[in-house]
Amino acid sequence: MSKDNKEVLYGLYDDEEILLSAVDKANEEHFDIMDVQTPFPVHGLDPKLGLAESRLHIAGFIYGALGTLTAFLFMTWVFTRDWPIIFGGKPYFSAPAFIPITFELTVLFASVGMVVTFYTICGLWPGVQNVHLDDRITDDKFCIAFDVSGQEESFKDKLKGFFSTTGASEVNIKNI
Amino acid sequence: MSAVVSPIRDPLIVGGKSYHQITEDICSPTEKTPSLAWVIAFIVAVAGLAFYVFCVGWTIWVGIGSWNLNRTIGWGWDITNFVWWVGIGHAGTLISAILLLFRQRWRTGVNRAAEAMTIFAVICAGQFPLIHMGRLWLGFFIFPYPNTRGPLWVNFNSPLLWDVFAISTYFTVSLLFWYTGLVPDFATVRDRAKGLRRKIYNIASFGWTGSAKHWQRWEALSLVLAGLATPLVLSVHTIVSFDFATSVIPGWHTTIFPPYFVAGAIFSGFAMVQTLMIMTRKILKLEDYITVEHIDSMNKVILVTGTIVGVAYLTELFIAWYSGYIYEQFAFYNRVLGPYWWSYFGMMSCNVLSPQLFWSRKLRRNIFVTFFMSIFVNIGMWFERFVIIATTLARDYIPSSWSYYTPTWVEIGLFIGTLGLFFTLYLIFVRVAPVVAVAEVKSILKAGGDQYVAKHTEYHEKAVKGEQVEAH
Repeated sequence: MSKDNKEVLYGLYDDEEILLSAVDKANEEHFDIMDVQTPFPVHGLDPKLGLAESRLHIAGFIYGALGTLTAFLFMTWVFTRDWPIIFGGKPYFSAPAFIPITFELTVLFASVGMVVTFYTICGLWPGVQNVHLDDRITDDKFCIAFDVSGQEESFKDKLKGFFSTTGASEVNIKNI
Repeated sequence: MSAVVSPIRDPLIVGGKSYHQITEDICSPTEKTPSLAWVIAFIVAVAGLAFYVFCVGWTIWVGIGSWNLNRTIGWGWDITNFVWWVGIGHAGTLISAILLLFRQRWRTGVNRAAEAMTIFAVICAGQFPLIHMGRLWLGFFIFPYPNTRGPLWVNFNSPLLWDVFAISTYFTVSLLFWYTGLVPDFATVRDRAKGLRRKIYNIASFGWTGSAKHWQRWEALSLVLAGLATPLVLSVHTIVSFDFATSVIPGWHTTIFPPYFVAGAIFSGFAMVQTLMIMTRKILKLEDYITVEHIDSMNKVILVTGTIVGVAYLTELFIAWYSGYIYEQFAFYNRVLGPYWWSYFGMMSCNVLSPQLFWSRKLRRNIFVTFFMSIFVNIGMWFERFVIIATTLARDYIPSSWSYYTPTWVEIGLFIGTLGLFFTLYLIFVRVAPVVAVAEVKSILKAGGDQYVAKHTEYHEKAVKGEQVEAH
């Protein structure tokens, strides 16, 4: 998230159970939730927000397969084409001996690739200045945020009403 | 209530904590001036580290001749220390990866510190093969980089090279896993801080916001990393055992080595976690998060793996006798009753006999017993590696080259020095990062907090008696 001149109306809840029922209520009323921020992963929240399952594991598989191929093909090339050496009377292409390194590189490529992908798609990196709605979100508050830029006062009041009926302990507006 | 609570398990978080209190309790040690105990420990650790640097310098200046290795015994304390440290480095990933896959909730109290311990232990382990090369500055020769000598490649068929790949992969993956877990907790510390400290923690936390989509991806990432790290952790010590098992030395070339090494690694790793956690929970006052229940669970793992190791020792002896092969038989006779009988005795009593105390629930839940036991196991596992390496080599095929090996002060210094390195890193870690995974502990509060467990236990007891119960 960069500076995008948004006006955000957000409410803070004290417990994840209250948050979950508030999200249900928002869905019923067809409010468009901009983001939900929580101190820890709240289970059962993703389907309510309509978040599709992460495809990170698919990326991980591709990186892993790349690692497998890199390791196995490279070792094969070295020992059959580039510089064939006989070790202990074994054939040049001694596939079983390549397995440990192939496995290690599979894991290495998959892990490093997935972690880099994760931070990149989330926009998380050392030095980035992401918008913080409230310092207590990483402590004990559960936040639902709505984008209200350019909306009428009556709509904002409607949202404030929603927050008070669903049990939010605090409601704030912030320009980001 | 959405969380599933077991009525027969003890709570994992005591003291009726709220989310805010969890943040407060775990983050505050990084915000206060260090206690006297920490300062003293840090001075001792840094002194050890300084001695380590001195001994490494001495080894490089004088050469490997400053060690007592000889033609017969080419591996001594150095490789013993290497295997010992790598073994210790196995508990962290076991706790964070395997227990995550098994959905063990007690993991959350100890995983952060255990993973940190893993990383520091692997750093210590990595020192020894490098120092043993003698010419430390040529260490990069072990990697297959394009060079001007042909290029002449490394030997991909060698278990020693597999080890290079296994340990560097293990280190990298453990580091990524650990740091990704730390990111949300660094954000918690950041949001409590001001000024420069806030800026530093914003960099460390990668600008974490706690957005639902990020948490979803974070959990997906943790799960896949756990799935990858689980076979990885098994492969690493398997490959370390290949360093010995693929040789043609009686006493080394046993097929039982891989599972036995892995069990031994988990065993020693958990012992080191116990040693550290018992001190950490006391000094940082985290008894509410690292409870006797956690210690009990880890002692069960120690009992199981210690017994597996014991079975492996006896299997080796049996197979040596059963093989009818005199060199094999002599190797094991020599191991038990030869010149190093004292180290075999130390290994057997520390690793196999003493953990049997943990069949008693009372002893498993006793902090003092656990602490002393964890030290015993650490010593016993060091002896195990020494037994395998030095005793086997000391009695060569030709009796004229039989030898005996005692370390010089340099070798002892290198070992003590790595302890200094390890504790220096660990003590810095407890000052700058939350020692317990804040977000993960919060996520199990409803299932493991004593106030919730108590309610459910009451409910359960009433239901068992057939009394009227009101739904929560």
